Amino acid sequence: MSLSPPLREEYEVVLEPFTQAELARDISLAQRIWQQAWVRKGVILIALAIIWELAARWQNNDLLLPSFLQTASAFVDGIASGELLSKVWISLTVLVKGYLIGILLAFGLTTLAVSTQLGRDLLSTLTAMFNPLPAIALLPLSLLWFGLGENSLIFVLVHSVLWALALNTYAGFLGVSETQRMAGRNYGLRGLRFVWYILIPAALPSILAGLKIGWAFAWRTLIAAELVFGASSGKGGLGWYIFQNRNELYTDKVFAGLAAVILIGLLVENLLFNTFERLTIKRWGMQR
Amino acid sequence: MNAALPGHTASTGTDAATGQQATPETLLHVDNVSLEYRTAERVVRATHQVSFEVDRSDRFVLLGPSGCGKSTLLKAVAGFITPSEGEIRLAGQRIEEPGPDRIVVFQEFDQLPAWKTVIENVMFPLLASRTLKRAEALERARYYLEKVGLSAFADAYPHTLSGGMKARVAIARALAMQPKILLMDEPFAALDALTRRKMQEELLELWEEVRFTLLFVTHSIEEALVVGNRILLLSPHPGRVRAEINSHHFNLGSLGGVDFQASAQRIHRLLFDEGEEPVLERPVDFQHLRIAY
Repeated sequence: MSLSPPLREEYEVVLEPFTQAELARDISLAQRIWQQAWVRKGVILIALAIIWELAARWQNNDLLLPSFLQTASAFVDGIASGELLSKVWISLTVLVKGYLIGILLAFGLTTLAVSTQLGRDLLSTLTAMFNPLPAIALLPLSLLWFGLGENSLIFVLVHSVLWALALNTYAGFLGVSETQRMAGRNYGLRGLRFVWYILIPAALPSILAGLKIGWAFAWRTLIAAELVFGASSGKGGLGWYIFQNRNELYTDKVFAGLAAVILIGLLVENLLFNTFERLTIKRWGMQR
Repeated sequence: MNAALPGHTASTGTDAATGQQATPETLLHVDNVSLEYRTAERVVRATHQVSFEVDRSDRFVLLGPSGCGKSTLLKAVAGFITPSEGEIRLAGQRIEEPGPDRIVVFQEFDQLPAWKTVIENVMFPLLASRTLKRAEALERARYYLEKVGLSAFADAYPHTLSGGMKARVAIARALAMQPKILLMDEPFAALDALTRRKMQEELLELWEEVRFTLLFVTHSIEEALVVGNRILLLSPHPGRVRAEINSHHFNLGSLGGVDFQASAQRIHRLLFDEGEEPVLERPVDFQHLRIAY
């Protein structure tokens, strides 16, 4: 017995215009609200705050674990008096300076790596040596070299941003497809113009990832540096605020300072980086 | 050079007595070109002493099975690869590096930068090569975008387009540069069969209007006969010229016709059978036949 299927009858269907149901349906309001990322993230944050409040009430020790409401009131006080805001401003200005210098150096190093053999070897050797070195370990050295001013902090910040960003940017450049490179050369683009018009936009997802990592390293390093080594040039930043209040046992203000660190991290990630992503790589279809 | 090169086709414009080959219409000379590429272990010879000429407004097709070096030849004409032997001259000038006077339409879809809209993509070569200022580039880009029928999509990003539309944008971008020669490396190979047929038709219509010079690489015998007016057959490992065939009398309407089938079979035999020629039922019309020794 052979295994061929039976012969069925043919048929045709006369199709009427489709009116049984809508071709496209609207999403319900609740679903549309839930689709917004900030709503979902807000729900997570509120849940965390509630858990924190309950834990603090159960612990019942203001010195060890202030509750969410106590921290919130210390935070509001800090902002109202202007103290917290000025400290945040001082920290952020130092951070931005270090971050920008780090970005420039990373692009310089990567452009060199893309164009010459020596540059490639230089990049891989330097990153292998310096990437695992914690920036905080360099702080005593930089205090010795640059004194107690802002420059020592900027040096340490550049170190924390540079290697991660250079690695990511280089990996991104290597990932640009051969067709795109050939198309760029076909139009007569060479050297720096080639890097600017073809390599950088094509590698933008990797570059953005490197920028986010660099930002996180820099922010963390800055707060730790201010905490450990105190004020720079007479005015302290956020880390100094946390350190001072810890010395004076104002734990709720310590927590308010930590909350400020976290909030700034959240804001930069969600406002700055996400918006940049939305306007560039998501709009271009390079990243989901 | 007075003597005809070995393997050089005797075009009707050649003066038989003196053997001079450079007519005013000849645009591209490929002289005895051998190409090699390196792998990790060794250097492989991709083509061996290939010679051909492309005239102005020719639709010249390089046809052969995989391994015959046709894409490598196209890249050498574009300037991405240097010949290890022989030379390539475009309008009398030796080709040394890639340039905007030889625009390539590649096979892969990511030849279009994803970060530019369609109209910016068409303008991009003009601006990058500093051929035109922004306003004039925009005008020319709109003109050629209209020619390929995509004016409505001028502000769309490439990732929202279908494969056929991306191919059309790539062609519009190439034409907008008004290059001396348009190079196409199997541009329709990544498209589905129906879209491919439509694109071949549109390419021929565009050629009727603009009369650009085309160097087209394909592995499909039918596509070669339909799109090209002259076909260079290359046999693989290493790529050497097997024959040059005229196909100017074929178009999309000839598919399935007797002459078309006969030519297709002849090409197939030339490419894949190394045996003797079969006995022909009809006498061969030598005007349609050009064979390289």
